Amino acid sequence: MDIEAKVKQIVMDKLGVEEAQVVPAANFIEDLRADSLDTVELVMAFEDEFGLTIPDEDQDKLRTVGQAIDYLKEKLG
Amino acid sequence: MHELTEQIVVITGSARGIGFAIAQRFASALATVIIIDLNAELVDKAVKSLRDQGGKAFGYIGNVTDGKMIEELFAQIVKEHGPIDTLVNNAGVTRDNLMLRMKEEEWQLVMDINLKGTFICTQKVFKHMMKARQGSIINIASVIGLMGNAGQANYAASKGGMIAFTKSCAKEFSSRNVRVNAVAPGFIETEMTAALSEDVRASYAKVIPLGKMGTPDDVAKVCLFLASEFSSYITGQTIAVDGGLTMH
Repeated sequence: MDIEAKVKQIVMDKLGVEEAQVVPAANFIEDLRADSLDTVELVMAFEDEFGLTIPDEDQDKLRTVGQAIDYLKEKLG
Repeated sequence: MHELTEQIVVITGSARGIGFAIAQRFASALATVIIIDLNAELVDKAVKSLRDQGGKAFGYIGNVTDGKMIEELFAQIVKEHGPIDTLVNNAGVTRDNLMLRMKEEEWQLVMDINLKGTFICTQKVFKHMMKARQGSIINIASVIGLMGNAGQANYAASKGGMIAFTKSCAKEFSSRNVRVNAVAPGFIETEMTAALSEDVRASYAKVIPLGKMGTPDDVAKVCLFLASEFSSYITGQTIAVDGGLTMH
C-alpha cells in the first residue's frame, strides 16, 4: 500500500470519517472535526505506521490530509 | 458489592503496604490484578498470596521512574492480559528531614518516585486507554499533600503535586472517557506507622474525628469505588480517607 492510501486509512480509522471526506484539502480540525487529542493520536499513528519520529515542531505543519501525505513522502522519500 | 470481573487493574508499588491491600481488594472483586514492584522476591510472594486466596494475580518487575521500561511493560501487559481498565499509581517513598537538614538527593528521590513516576505511568497507560475510550486512573496522594507536615516538605510537595496533576489529567482525558482521581490517606496502620510509639499514636488518634487510625483496606475500598461504575460521574477529585482529619 502506498503512503497516500495508508494515510487515508489511518485518518478514516482514527477520526471515524468516510473515504470521500478524506481529500487532500481536508483540514483535520476544521473539516474532519478532530480535537487536539485526535491530532496527537494521528501523529502517533503515523509514527507507528511509518516507523519515524515526528518532532513537536513539525506537528503544526500537518494540518490537512495533503500536508500529512506530503510531509511523510518527503521524510520517507 | 463492586464486582470487577474481566477488568485488568495495574497497581504500582503493590507488593506490600497499602498497595498490597489495594491488590487484595481488587482480587476479591474478581479483577485480574497486575502487581508491579521493584523487588522480585516480594512480587512473587504477593502474587502467591493473592492466588492462595483465590485471586487472579500476575507480577512484573518495574521501575516507575524508567519511562522506556514502563512503556514496554504496559505494552506487554496489554498483549498478555488485554486492555488495562484501571491504573493505581501507588508507588511512593518518604525521606523525612527538617528543611534545614534536607539533602537535595532526599528531595529528588521523593519527587522522582512519587511525582515523576506518576507522570510516566499515567502517560504510558493513557496511550492505551485513549484507544479503548475508557479507563480509570487513581493516584494515591496523602493528606500531607493537602495540609503539609513539618519534616516532610519533599513528600508534601510531591503529594500536593500529584493532586494538581490529577486535576489537569482529568480535564485533558475527559473527552476520552478516562477518569482521573486521587485518594488522600490520612494516618493509616502500616509498617511505616507501626514504628511509632504508643504515645505518638494516641496523640494522632486524638485529633482524628473518628478517633482511630485507618487500615490499608479503608484506602483500598475507595480505590475499588473509583475503579468501578459506581463512580462513573466522578473525575478530578481528591477523596481523603482520613477519619475526618482534613474536613473543611
